[in-house]
Amino acid sequence: RSLAPRYNGEVGDIVVGRITEKRWKVETNSRLDSVLLLSSMNLPGGELRRRSAEDELAMRDYLQEGDLISAEVQSVFSDGAVSLHTRSLKYGKLGQGVLVQVSPSLVKRQKTHFHDLPCGASVILGNNGFIWIYPTPEQKDEEAGGFTTNLEPVPLSDREVISRLRNCIVALVTQKLMLFDTSILYCYEASLPHQIKDILKPEVMEEIVLETRQRLLDLEG
Amino acid sequence: EDLRVDGRGCEDYRCAEVETDVVSNTSGSARVKLGHTDILVGVKAEMGTPKLEKPDEGYLEFFVDCSANATPEFEGRGGEELGTEIANTLYRIFSSESCVDLKSLCINPREHCWILYVDVLLLECGGNLFDAISIAVKAALFNTRIPKVRVLEDEEGSKEIELSDDPYDCIRLNVDEVPCIVTLSKIGYRHVVDATLQEEACSLASLLISVTSKGDLTCMKKVGKGSLDPESIFEMMETGKRVGKSLHTSLQKILDEEESLGTTRQKVGFLG
Repeated sequence: RSLAPRYNGEVGDIVVGRITEKRWKVETNSRLDSVLLLSSMNLPGGELRRRSAEDELAMRDYLQEGDLISAEVQSVFSDGAVSLHTRSLKYGKLGQGVLVQVSPSLVKRQKTHFHDLPCGASVILGNNGFIWIYPTPEQKDEEAGGFTTNLEPVPLSDREVISRLRNCIVALVTQKLMLFDTSILYCYEASLPHQIKDILKPEVMEEIVLETRQRLLDLEG
Repeated sequence: EDLRVDGRGCEDYRCAEVETDVVSNTSGSARVKLGHTDILVGVKAEMGTPKLEKPDEGYLEFFVDCSANATPEFEGRGGEELGTEIANTLYRIFSSESCVDLKSLCINPREHCWILYVDVLLLECGGNLFDAISIAVKAALFNTRIPKVRVLEDEEGSKEIELSDDPYDCIRLNVDEVPCIVTLSKIGYRHVVDATLQEEACSLASLLISVTSKGDLTCMKKVGKGSLDPESIFEMMETGKRVGKSLHTSLQKILDEEESLGTTRQKVGFLG
């Protein structure tokens, strides 16, 4: 497979995408924009609702152009365009966090793509190459799918963890290592002795990724 | 709290690579890579007639080419507007008398002088173009070697220009007074140096200041749709002066180190 292709959707994949225009076209780094239909979205609280004009207006309030969402691929059209749904409570609008755009072929296919890393942040590894890093929400029972966007300032310690994770992911991608929860975690641990901004220096990057690669090999062997 | 997305502080530059003498058929050249921003500058020295109002000085001509490889917006003629804006800014900065010793570029007053054609090529756009371009221009001017010429006057009074035979016999420019541009982008209530593309998208207004190695401000320009408070302008100027001074010292150190390696230096160029 080539290294920097566009994303080809498959049913069951998780993607992170950006809303581009009305009628809910979502940009997902694929050749054509993905489509998010109104009927595929869930309401706050997860109730069923009827399709009506006021519904459409309410949706416009909730999701605007430029917003980021996490969704699942429902079906793929014959021309390759992908249809998304956010029918489960764990999908929906994304609040505060950092987006890293990488090549889709570097994201490993796993059972779950939502990971809560022990270092204090959570990560969504979209199959389309869009990685979303965000602070782990405190309460687990809140309405996931983030209907209430949390705009409180994120504490400095969380921001440091997120910045470090972001630089680690960039380092792994530059060295062409597959991205999955264990590789990101090992890379994070290997980067701890260095300052966050130093991780992007070529020498430091090589050193950290070498150590990560070694630990992953040890894990397999 | 001084923490940006990639872990840098508000006054930190990205990792920069500077290499001079990369293009062989120019008088001087330099390539600067600042994160994802890639700039190539070539300087060609040609003989020409001095300007009427400054008969005993040479001059510099700037031309900026935004390559279509840099970003999809530069396709076709899209990059021309940005190119002229950058060229005009460079003209403004170098218009001050003390930047480059233009009198040293004169061969025969009113008749012959050296014109330095500075060509800037934008290879990749990764945010913070002006800073990278000014660093590359300074490095290229440092690297420029202008051949020494002698003016011979024969009996009839007509002048002949003789080029010295030794290819290494040349004059170098003194770039101590050449300023560098520092771009300060305002994001929210703070300002940052060396913004990435994402940070530039969030910033409504930026201040471009050109700073000499001594920390003196020579030129200032505001870009962007937003407005700047006079107090914040003052703060940004102070930050710019501070950052500019340290930028000059590190650039000079790198250029001197490169110079000291001499001809044995392994050139990385475009294949490394």
